[in-house]
Amino acid sequence: MDAQTIIARRIAHELRDGMLVNLGIGIPTLVANFVPPGMHVFFQSENGLIGTGPIPLEGLAQARLTDAGGRPVTAIPGASTFDSAVSFGLIRGGHVDLTVLGGLQVDSRGRLANWMIPGKMVPGMGGAMDLVSGARRVVVAMQHCAKGKPKIVRECNLPLTSSRAIDLIVTELAVIEQSGGRLRLVETAPGVSVADVLAATEAELEVPSSVPSMEL
Amino acid sequence: MQTTSLQDAVSKIPSGASIMVGGFMGVGTPERVIDEIVRQGKRNLTIIANDTAVPGTGIGKLVSAGAVSKIIASHIGLNPETQKKMLSGEIEVELVPQGSLIERIRSAGFGLGGVLTATGLGTMVEEGKRKIEVEGREFLLEPALHADFALVQAFLADYLGNLTYALTARNFNPLMAMAGKTVIVDAEHIVPVGMISPDHVITPAPIVDYLVLGD
Repeated sequence: MDAQTIIARRIAHELRDGMLVNLGIGIPTLVANFVPPGMHVFFQSENGLIGTGPIPLEGLAQARLTDAGGRPVTAIPGASTFDSAVSFGLIRGGHVDLTVLGGLQVDSRGRLANWMIPGKMVPGMGGAMDLVSGARRVVVAMQHCAKGKPKIVRECNLPLTSSRAIDLIVTELAVIEQSGGRLRLVETAPGVSVADVLAATEAELEVPSSVPSMEL
Repeated sequence: MQTTSLQDAVSKIPSGASIMVGGFMGVGTPERVIDEIVRQGKRNLTIIANDTAVPGTGIGKLVSAGAVSKIIASHIGLNPETQKKMLSGEIEVELVPQGSLIERIRSAGFGLGGVLTATGLGTMVEEGKRKIEVEGREFLLEPALHADFALVQAFLADYLGNLTYALTARNFNPLMAMAGKTVIVDAEHIVPVGMISPDHVITPAPIVDYLVLGD
């Protein structure tokens, strides 16, 4: 199983029936492929849609129905559309139960940087700052390291997305929980030891006496 | 409300104007109004929009044509030309969180001085902004954002100017329709008055100044 699939499958375990969920671009989008059978989750696309369905078959794309990246999507029966003020009211107002976002760095207090690399990549924050500030629960989906360097660091040297701490980090190596401004290792991926995770992490992690293996 | 030709509608816009443009990655952007702005050679425009789409689409065409001197948007990452022109200093870019951008636009149209939001606290976005505490919680003051024009793409319009929108092509359009001093609308279909049920009107007719007619 590749890193992205491990991460997406593990995050799918965070979904609950009836939740309103917003998935970011990249690995987070894959989570929609692993919704447990029989569970109904509302997926929001912040350009103004609840009830985002699968990518349309070729030739069946509807030009006025896209996701937040501008790609054609479908709307499932029971979907709703609305303007951007309502869409961000849903996000800031605490109506979104769970958001899954990509990350560049997370610091030892659980604060996320995921919107720019000064001088290199200045795409703009889009909806990321609102999502981290407003969603009830924020899950970061990212590879544990980038080019061999830890992404879970003591201090972010990239600009923060929000001063609010995220709730959970899921990587291909581990599940790490933030609570009280501290990070705690709660699961390791199959075949990965606690020592492996610590070696790939710069920030200090609390390690309980027993760390179970990730369910996938 | 006046019905007008495309050419006449766009001739109302002077170079140097501030313009809100509806749409999200080009979806819900009045494409032929954009084309006409490029054709009429407008310059030095300030564009307020969610994003700048991609080169060859929507606002991307204005960027490529050199019509824009300033952009206020939440995301420009999918248009490399905007990024290049920002880095070279040709275009000034102000990045605003998407939820704050739509609320700043809404404030202008709804007669408010601005909104208080927690979005952006503790980030680069708070630089130079006032912080206000309400009932023990800290917020950032995001001021109203006004514009000379709003360019709106509707799905249906009637001949009075009542508007409805389609699917995710709605996005920023109805809020910008409230905020622009002069509102220019292009609609996919223009229908007789009475065809749009009152319950389905999203933008009421008196808001619209110009409705662009078909060819």
